[in-house]
Amino acid sequence: MKRKKIYSSNVIIGLVITGAMLLMILIGFIHTPYDITKMDSAAKLAAPSLKHLMGCDNFGRDIFSRVLKGMGNTFVIAAATVTIGTVCGVVIGAFTGYFGGLLDEVLMRVNDVVFAFPSILLALVFVSIFGTGKYNVIGALGIAFIPSFARIVRGEFIKYREMDYVKSARLSGVGQLRIIFVHILPNAMPVLMSSIMIGFNNAVLAEAGMSYLGIGVQPPNASLGSMLSESQTYLFSAPWYALFPGLMIILMVLGLSLLADRGGK
Amino acid sequence: MTKRGQRFVKVLFASMLLTLTVALSGCSGDKAAGDSTQIADTSAANSSEANTVANAETDTSLEVPGEANETEEDASHITIGIPQDLDSLVPSLSQGAGTQEILYNIYEGLYKPDSEGNLIPAVASDYAMSEDGLVYTFTLRDGIQFHNGNPVTVADVKYSIETCAGLNGGEPVISAFSNIVSVETPDERTVVITLKESSSPFMAILSTVEAAIVPADVTDLQTNPIGTGPYKFVSRSLQENVVLERFDGYWGEPAHIKDITLKVLADSDSIVMNLEGGAVDLVARISTSQAAELGDDFEVLEGTMNLVQAMYLNNAAAPFDNEKVRQALCYAVNKQEILDFVSDGKGTLVGSSMFPAFGKYYVEELNDLYTTDLEKAKALLGEAGYPDGFSFTMKVPSNYQQHVDTAQVVAEQLKQINVTANIELIEWETWLNDVYQGRDFEATLVGVDASTLTAGAMLSRFRSDAHNNFVNYNNPEYDDAYAEALAAEAVMDDDKATEAYKKCETILAETAANVYIQDMCELVAVRKGYTGYTFYPLYIQDFSKLDIE
Repeated sequence: MKRKKIYSSNVIIGLVITGAMLLMILIGFIHTPYDITKMDSAAKLAAPSLKHLMGCDNFGRDIFSRVLKGMGNTFVIAAATVTIGTVCGVVIGAFTGYFGGLLDEVLMRVNDVVFAFPSILLALVFVSIFGTGKYNVIGALGIAFIPSFARIVRGEFIKYREMDYVKSARLSGVGQLRIIFVHILPNAMPVLMSSIMIGFNNAVLAEAGMSYLGIGVQPPNASLGSMLSESQTYLFSAPWYALFPGLMIILMVLGLSLLADRGGK
Repeated sequence: MTKRGQRFVKVLFASMLLTLTVALSGCSGDKAAGDSTQIADTSAANSSEANTVANAETDTSLEVPGEANETEEDASHITIGIPQDLDSLVPSLSQGAGTQEILYNIYEGLYKPDSEGNLIPAVASDYAMSEDGLVYTFTLRDGIQFHNGNPVTVADVKYSIETCAGLNGGEPVISAFSNIVSVETPDERTVVITLKESSSPFMAILSTVEAAIVPADVTDLQTNPIGTGPYKFVSRSLQENVVLERFDGYWGEPAHIKDITLKVLADSDSIVMNLEGGAVDLVARISTSQAAELGDDFEVLEGTMNLVQAMYLNNAAAPFDNEKVRQALCYAVNKQEILDFVSDGKGTLVGSSMFPAFGKYYVEELNDLYTTDLEKAKALLGEAGYPDGFSFTMKVPSNYQQHVDTAQVVAEQLKQINVTANIELIEWETWLNDVYQGRDFEATLVGVDASTLTAGAMLSRFRSDAHNNFVNYNNPEYDDAYAEALAAEAVMDDDKATEAYKKCETILAETAANVYIQDMCELVAVRKGYTGYTFYPLYIQDFSKLDIE
């Protein structure tokens, strides 16, 4: 009884934070107080004020507006990346883990090969095939994320496939797809959810790191990751430049983590 | 409550930790970028002329300062921070401009560049060129000796030049030297170099540090570098430091400071700490933000990087094949505003492919050819058939933060005439491949520098058939003017050649070959008490002019 209440409060906090974040993202898509590329030499590295809630960057661009837009970019990229990774990873992991045998061997070796490539190299290959561009980062990172999800899910399936309840389901003639997705998968959720959260963070980080290859958000457009890395030169003279994008990443991840925590139990 | 609290704190902590990871890796990423800038400078230098001239930065050492100052004590010492360890101590094998700028102090060629951009005699005291420009006759300087005390002989000169030219077997170290047919030594004071065909930049290439004169009988230059420069090598600790000492048998004006320690500061973030903490006294090429953090103990000298930063346009790609479009862009870009945003107003505006350090070749009036005029820009676009503007992709090498910043300002300025510039960041290697070699681009924003002190180093690339004409500039009028300059040079008519080169620059500016912006500022931090730091028009650090107040 008491435990249930504990979850609820965390879920409420998580919901509130995530809701607020989504609201800001939505606002960012519709309207920002300033044009996010508008430069103002008089406001270079200006401190937070009523006019510029989060201050200005080294070009005098309004950080609040850029954070609003950047959150949207970051969220879309990270969410899409993790979705690709999760969906493909779950399917591969579930089948290989459940059936084992030759299929398992082949797919897992392919998996190992993909895993063995540094993600930067993978992204370079991706760029050379599909060209550069804003949305290619999703594809490149999505592929790079598949192996880790596949492994985790496979491990869970190997653990559960010999469980009594699975055996009895099989004996009572339940279809294998149903066993995989209805009987076993929910049990793998706790582990999966936490890896999704970690994956989300990694995607935010990787996106910022890959814009130099020509994929990802290109300047003068903004993402939270790119703002964070641009801001570090001014860490001492204009701490707000790094502070607010960083804070937004923390809140975004925190909100989702709290929700995931609930989802896992 | 406790449990809930713990859980909450745990999640919060985990989230913060993850975010910190993001932030920190952001840091390291940038650090790497900062470091590579120096190296990239090198590659820029190399790439710009590399195809013809293996690798040209400049050579040799010293210079004759205006007045003598013989008051120093033997205890005089300075520690200088350098961004990377030297890649080689053998001049002909050195690669990076960052290495060659240091070797300038240890080695000298027959001639060498001075701080004005002129070539002055070094190991040679004089030279004469034949009428047809094929035979160069050098006279060896009297009494000149190597750091080991041995006199420099014509055999040493022959050996050094032949090694660079590949005449001793092997590939030419300096590809332009494959033009050398023979090196003869008719007597003990004379060296005669014969070329296949006349070449106006020959003397400039001969003056690079790669073509330095080394002793023929020393085989272990890598560990025991011996040259004729104002400083001699003492010791080296890999990735740590290089120690130099004044060479008292130097033929020219001796250096002022006796001992020099070059400390390798591979981590660019540690530069300010090392300066403030007293570990180093001088660091060249620091950023404006690093300069801003330095305290009162330091003087920040401002020079120029000696390159032409511009938005280079692919003149063969629509719509940039239309002169009016290119001119419209020039009218729309506000250079001064770029400087204000990117470097606090520091830097020198340029209006053509030539920077002020070139002295007589530089035409300052071209800077004002296009004063920002949005109405005129729009009108020109209308005439060219783009009344509603257009959009294009600007490829920018991602390791040069200053170019990336400039590109953003340019893109913002072009919006005012409804031209959309989509910035695409690419890594340096890709830039070299796709943009510079492959010419597969619409526009790019970089700096192009000169590898030798000749006007041709900046201007030859715009001839329609030049192999390194990466902007595909094609203008018969320009080709004629350039040919005129070469013809004048061949008959040693310097005034006429200079006139013709200036005409080339004017044509480039008037036809708006590229959107010229600036020669970027270079900041050097020097501890108060040290004086005499001298900026060179090439990638050179001359330690012999440094002094203590």
